[in-house]
Amino acid sequence: MENPGSASPILTAHDAGLIGCTHCGKVYMSGVAQCTRCGASLRARDAEGLQKVWAWLIAGIVMYIPANLYPMLSTASLGKTTENTILGGVIELMHHGSYGVAGIVFFASIVIPIAKFIAIIYLGLSVTRKVQMPMHRRHTLFEIVEFIGRWSMIDVFVVAILSSLVRLDFAATITPGIASVSFALSVAFTMMAALSFDERLIWDARNDDAE
Amino acid sequence: MTAPAFPHITDLDGMMACPACDALLVDRPVAVGDTASCPRCHTVIEAPRPLAMTRIIMLALAALILMIAAVFFPFLELGAAGMVRRSSLLDTVMAYATGLTAPLTLAMAALIVVLPVTRFLTLLYVLGPMAFGWHPARHAIHAFRVAEALRPWAMAEVFIVGVAVALVKVAGLAHVSLGPAFWAFVALVIVTVLKDNFMSRVTVWKTLEARRRS
Repeated sequence: MENPGSASPILTAHDAGLIGCTHCGKVYMSGVAQCTRCGASLRARDAEGLQKVWAWLIAGIVMYIPANLYPMLSTASLGKTTENTILGGVIELMHHGSYGVAGIVFFASIVIPIAKFIAIIYLGLSVTRKVQMPMHRRHTLFEIVEFIGRWSMIDVFVVAILSSLVRLDFAATITPGIASVSFALSVAFTMMAALSFDERLIWDARNDDAE
Repeated sequence: MTAPAFPHITDLDGMMACPACDALLVDRPVAVGDTASCPRCHTVIEAPRPLAMTRIIMLALAALILMIAAVFFPFLELGAAGMVRRSSLLDTVMAYATGLTAPLTLAMAALIVVLPVTRFLTLLYVLGPMAFGWHPARHAIHAFRVAEALRPWAMAEVFIVGVAVALVKVAGLAHVSLGPAFWAFVALVIVTVLKDNFMSRVTVWKTLEARRRS
C-alpha cells in the first residue's frame, strides 16, 4: 500500500478532511457517524477518549495498592496458618530455590503492572506535551502495553489453581485472599485504559520530529 | 480475496486509512500470501493466506471440541500422604466461590471458558459461510465485532502459564500428575494461537462487505 501524497510528510485521513474507521480502515467524508462496512462508530480523533484512559488508569492504580497490602493467599499447614502477599510469595519461592518461577511471578505481578502504569502515563502525556521519544518508538511502546496487559493475570490464575488443588484437609489447605480480587480488577482496569487509548493520537503530534 | 465489484469506483472507495496511525493509503487488492503493511507505522494491515477462512473455522471447531474435553476431564491430580486430590477445570473456576472473593468466580469462568468459547462460536458463525463462498449470515457484522472485542479478554494461554507456575509451587509439597484435560487445554492454546495467526481483520471485513446481500 502506498500513500497518495507520497511526499515524505505522510497525509492522514484527518488532514484530508476525511474520517478513517479504526476497525476496518474504510474512509468516509467527515460527518458520517457509523461505518457501513463494520458498524463501528466513527470519530475523527477520540480526544475525550484520553479522559477515559486517565479514569481507567487511576482506577487501576488505586486497585493495585490493596492488591499489594492484603494477602494474596493463605496457607494452612498442620494447624499453622501463614498469609502471603504478592511480594511475600515471591520471597518464599526464592527461599525454596525456585528462582525461575519467582522471577516469572515477580515480573508478571510487580514489574509489568508498574511499568504499564508508567508507560500509559507517558503515552497519555505525550499527546499534549512535547516528548523526547520518537513516534515509532512510542507506537511500539503502545503495542507492547496492549499485548502484555493480559499476562499480568497469571498470578490470579495461579492462586485459583493452587487453592483448588491443595485441599488435603489435614496436611495443607490453600485459600485465596482478598488481594486477588483487587489485583484482578487492577489488571482489568489497566487493560481498559490501554484499550480506550486512541493510538492515532501518537502520530498526530508530528511537529517535533519529521519522519 | 476481495473482488471490489463497485460499478463506479468513487474516490473514497479506492482509499483506506491505516487503522493504527490514520495514514491515507491507496487500497489495492492484496494477493494471497502477501502482507500489506502501513508505510508509516509498519502495522500489518492485511495478510491474506491461502484457505485462511477454511483453516480458521477448522481450528475454531477443533478448539471448541478440545474445550469440552478440558472442562469435563480431570485436569490435575495431586497425591500426598496417601490421599489423592483430583481437580477439574471447573474446580479451579470455583476456587474463589467462598467468602469475599466470590465475584472473581464469574470473572474466572468468563476469562478461561466462556469468552474463549463465545469467540470460537462467533468466528464459526461469521467465517463458516465465508469459507463456502456464501453470503454472510444474519448479523455477521455484529458477531465479528463481538469476536474482535473479546480477543484481549480470552485468556486461555495466560491460564496455561499460570498452571505451570502453580505446578512448580506445589511440586515440593506433593506429587502432581497431569490429567487428560491438561493436555486438551495445552492443545487448545496451540490451536488458538495458530487460528489467530491466520486472521486478518481487514480482510475479513472486506470479504464480509463484498459478499453482502444487497
